[in-house]
Amino acid sequence: MSRPSTHASNTASGSLWMYIVGFVISIALTVGALWLVLARQFSTGTLLTVILLLAILQIGVQMFFFMHITDSPRPQFNLWILGLGMFFTFVVIAGSVWIMSFGAQGY
Amino acid sequence: MTIAHGEFPVHGRSINHDAPLEYSLEEGALRIFGFWLFLATDLVLFACLFATYVVLHGAAAGGPTEAQLFDVPGFTAETLILLTSSFTGGLGTYAMHNGSRRGLITWMIITVLLGLSFIGLEVKEFVTYATHGAPLQRSAFLSAFFTLVGTHGCHVSLGILWMLSIIYQLARRGITPITARKVFIVGLYWHFLDIVWVFIFTVVYLNGVMS
Repeated sequence: MSRPSTHASNTASGSLWMYIVGFVISIALTVGALWLVLARQFSTGTLLTVILLLAILQIGVQMFFFMHITDSPRPQFNLWILGLGMFFTFVVIAGSVWIMSFGAQGY
Repeated sequence: MTIAHGEFPVHGRSINHDAPLEYSLEEGALRIFGFWLFLATDLVLFACLFATYVVLHGAAAGGPTEAQLFDVPGFTAETLILLTSSFTGGLGTYAMHNGSRRGLITWMIITVLLGLSFIGLEVKEFVTYATHGAPLQRSAFLSAFFTLVGTHGCHVSLGILWMLSIIYQLARRGITPITARKVFIVGLYWHFLDIVWVFIFTVVYLNGVMS
C-alpha cells in the first residue's frame, strides 16, 4: 500500500448526486430570482428582500454542496472565521446604507 | 519538501486515512484553514466595494443609468456560465476523490473554458459600455460599478491562471495529498467567486433592472 485510500464515503463529497442536486438548486434559485424581477411579482421593496434571500440561500448551497464545509476537521474554526467575515460584511454594507440615509442625497 | 512522481510521501508525516485526501496530511488541513482565513478577508474587500456601490448606484450625474445600461440576456448568460463552472469544478473534486486523474483534469479544463467565456462576455460588456458613453470616469455610479465588477473579474482571471498551473502539476505528478490539497483550495476560491457573483447578479444587475 503506497497510496492512501481515496474514499470519502461519509462526507458531502461522497456522492455524485450531491453535486447534481446542488447544481439544480443553484440554477433554480438564480432563474427564480430573474423571473420574479422580470415578471414584477411584488412591489420593489418586497422584491428586493426576496431576491436577497434567494442569494443568501445560494451561499448555503455553494458552501454545503460544493465547498464541503461539513468535511473540515473538528473543531470547525473555518466556520467561525467565515461567520466573522460575514458579520463584517453585514456591518459595513448595512452601516453604510444606514449612515447615508440621513439626507446624504443633498450633497 | 519534494515528492517523487505520484508517490505517496514520506516518513515524518502523520497520515489520516479516514479523512478526504486533501485533509490527509496535517499540513494540508492547516493550509486549507489558512485559505479560509484569506477568503474571510477577501469577503471584507468585497463588502467595502458592495457598500460603495450600494451608496453610489443612483448617482449617475446625468449620464446613463443602471436600467438603461444593463442587458438582461448578457448578465444572465454570464451568471449561468459561472454557476455551471462552479458545478464542473465540483465534479473535478468528485473525480479526484475517486482517484481519477483523467476525469479531474478534464473537468478542470472544462471549468477553465467556462471561466474564459465568462471573462470574454464581461470584457465585451465593459467595452460596449466604455465606447457608448458609459466609461469608468463618467459618474460615481459607473466608477463604483466598474470597480466592483472588475475586481471580481480580476479574481476570476487569476483563478483561471491558477487552475492552469494546477492542471500542469496534476499532469506531471498525479493525484497526491499535495496536489489534492491544491485542487481543493483552488476549488474553494472558485466557489467563493461564484457566491460573490450571485450577489453582483442580485444587487447590481437585478436591482438595476428593477429601478
